[in-house]
Amino acid sequence: MTSQAVRLFRKMDGLFAVYKPQGVHWKHVRDSIESNLLKALNSCPPPAPQLAVQFQLLSGGENSSSKDVVLSPSMVPTLADHPLVTGPQFHKVHVGVGHRLDAFSSGVLVLGVGKGNGVLEHLCKSHVTRDYTLEGEFGKATDNFTHTGRVIEKTTYDHVTLDKLERVLAMIQGANQKALIMYSQVDLHTQEAYELAVRGLLYPHGKSPPILTGLRCIHFNPPHFTLEVQCVNETQKYLRKLIHEVGLELRTSAVCSGVRRTRDGPFKVENALTRQHWTAGSIIQAIAHFSKATRKIRKSGMYKQTAGQLNSSAQVQEQTRSQTEQINQEHVELSSSTSDTVVDRETPVTLSEGRTKH
Amino acid sequence: MHVCQRCVSLLLSRPLSAAGQQSTRALHQRSHLILLQHSTRQSPVHRLSQGHSRETWRHFTDHQAASPDVYNKTDLAQKKVVPLNSDVHRISSQVSLSDSQSIDLDAAVRASPLQEISEEEAVQIQVPSALPPESSTLRPYVDKSETLSKLVQLGVNLWELEQRPNVGSMLVRLDFHADVAPRLLFLKDLGVEESKLGRLLTKNPFILTESLDNLEARVSYLKSKKFSKQSVAVMVTKAPYLLNFSVERLDNRLGFFQKQLGLSAEKTRDVVTRLPKLLCGSLEPIKENLKVCELEFGFRGNEMQHIVTTVPKVLIANKRKLTQIFDFIHNTMDVPHSLIAKFPQVLNAKFLRIRERHLFLEYLGRAQYQPSQPNYISLDRLVFLPDDVFCSEVALAALEDFERFQKTL
Repeated sequence: MTSQAVRLFRKMDGLFAVYKPQGVHWKHVRDSIESNLLKALNSCPPPAPQLAVQFQLLSGGENSSSKDVVLSPSMVPTLADHPLVTGPQFHKVHVGVGHRLDAFSSGVLVLGVGKGNGVLEHLCKSHVTRDYTLEGEFGKATDNFTHTGRVIEKTTYDHVTLDKLERVLAMIQGANQKALIMYSQVDLHTQEAYELAVRGLLYPHGKSPPILTGLRCIHFNPPHFTLEVQCVNETQKYLRKLIHEVGLELRTSAVCSGVRRTRDGPFKVENALTRQHWTAGSIIQAIAHFSKATRKIRKSGMYKQTAGQLNSSAQVQEQTRSQTEQINQEHVELSSSTSDTVVDRETPVTLSEGRTKH
Repeated sequence: MHVCQRCVSLLLSRPLSAAGQQSTRALHQRSHLILLQHSTRQSPVHRLSQGHSRETWRHFTDHQAASPDVYNKTDLAQKKVVPLNSDVHRISSQVSLSDSQSIDLDAAVRASPLQEISEEEAVQIQVPSALPPESSTLRPYVDKSETLSKLVQLGVNLWELEQRPNVGSMLVRLDFHADVAPRLLFLKDLGVEESKLGRLLTKNPFILTESLDNLEARVSYLKSKKFSKQSVAVMVTKAPYLLNFSVERLDNRLGFFQKQLGLSAEKTRDVVTRLPKLLCGSLEPIKENLKVCELEFGFRGNEMQHIVTTVPKVLIANKRKLTQIFDFIHNTMDVPHSLIAKFPQVLNAKFLRIRERHLFLEYLGRAQYQPSQPNYISLDRLVFLPDDVFCSEVALAALEDFERFQKTL
């Protein structure tokens, strides 16, 4: 017979997303989630204590009068099983973090509980893209590229217009596309490569520097502007440096006043849990909500492992590509892209096996 | 935590359980006896001709030889006696032990546990105590020790205490009637509620080893400083370590607070009664906090006094967090010093909460913190209302809107 605490613990297995507030280290987020889960588990009633036979001086039974005191046996719960002596039922819940977010950034942070930690590894290795919203401000440059850093220089920004900004962004995109093609190790002169590029399934193979697969400006109100970025293999510091470089290209300077991750693969910001909902009940609900996506990631991860073991054949490649198309159809991008780019950015989640050079 | 052997032997020597106990020396004698029986059986191994039984038996003896520390636990030793005897019977029927062994051992080995014995012999049998001489938890001793079981019944969290080094050994060594009971009665006379005693002892078990004279001297000192009996009880409940500090230290602290804050004796007493932790900790962080408030924040003397009497926690708050909150309220929310001094509770709140709520109000256009203007929102309402009440009354928006806004920050 499983106790209530054990039944609750078995439900805590899977992935879910949390909205990390700005200024908080991701470790504090993970620790507070773990302590909330432990609190809920340890508040369940403990298992019944064992009974032991004890000889106690009790008043005599029906035979003698109440004045007689007789040593009689009785079953008494042992104090060794008392919760104050044994301690809490659960000491640790395994909570793991997916792609990390530094303290200055905010946004979707994927966490895995229990058996979900294994799936987290597959998620990190799989070809998911992450969406960011970057807020920038023209007019000054600081040492750590943020608006809270030490100001190094101040410049004017009256000459900056929207189409100049768009031109700079297009130039950056072009450079990133070249890098993407180079690191995906695909020969551009083949039909297969063209088809991959059209469907947006190009992905850097192995280790690569941060590559932006998508970049556009969604809000322009000098000195403030907002960029939307889809990227791969990035760090948040790289994105803040990107804002700084945009400023430099426009012959002014810019600092980043906010980095916000809006999507991490299938985990979107609408379903991320805010601070008030970091309780066991809401977390279990969120795990149930994401169970389908979790299962897909696990299957594709295991598939990749087994396919890597057998030398990848054309059949396997076909199968993976059909699988990715299925997943891509489900994960439609939040905002449709309107800018002129070579690669279609509609389908961000790409799970393709290693491609051989033809 | 490792309950030392000496403490356990002390525990064992006290008349605790109805069934007789064995001293640790006799315990070792018995295990030594079994070890001897064991060694004599090594030689017959070679003489056996049976295949299967010999293999299982050799495996059993090898297993026994490999774990000598098992003999420290007498209950296991007791259990092992039975199968050894049955094994011996099986073997002795086939092989004759004709070696030169002492006759006593043979006699002991040949006695079967199913053999009937007389009443006198039965009474003389000494049952070794099942208490392990060393343990890393207090679990094996709780049922047998009067002190520990009474503490559990009071509500003391023994598991928490055994995580601290040496506290477990100390508790096992205590005698209930000599050490614990007088101090519990003393605390009860002081006015501490019985329901709070468990928590007090969990936080500070060393009150049970402090001498009663010292405790009484400190209480009489506090009463001489005109703390009422009730306030002394409240102070001891809130700060369990209070009575472990010497009279000089308490005097030093009280003097510091009265001088530095410039408060009257009555107000100092009130502040200390509400936050007795001030008397326990070091004075350096408090001095730093006072300097920060005066120089960095720029509060005047009377504002400082008002803040400290309303929210004494500001004195022991984290300097960095305090600075972050004040910076946000004064520079971003544009709230003047006088208003902050009027609502010092806001310095005690969580920074993230203040930030999110303020930005939400600003987004809605309702961020008005001047009392003279219409739609004024007081700082304490901003900070202390729960989320749903805040959304419905102050922000006049739905809770989902607030959550959606939080995800855009």
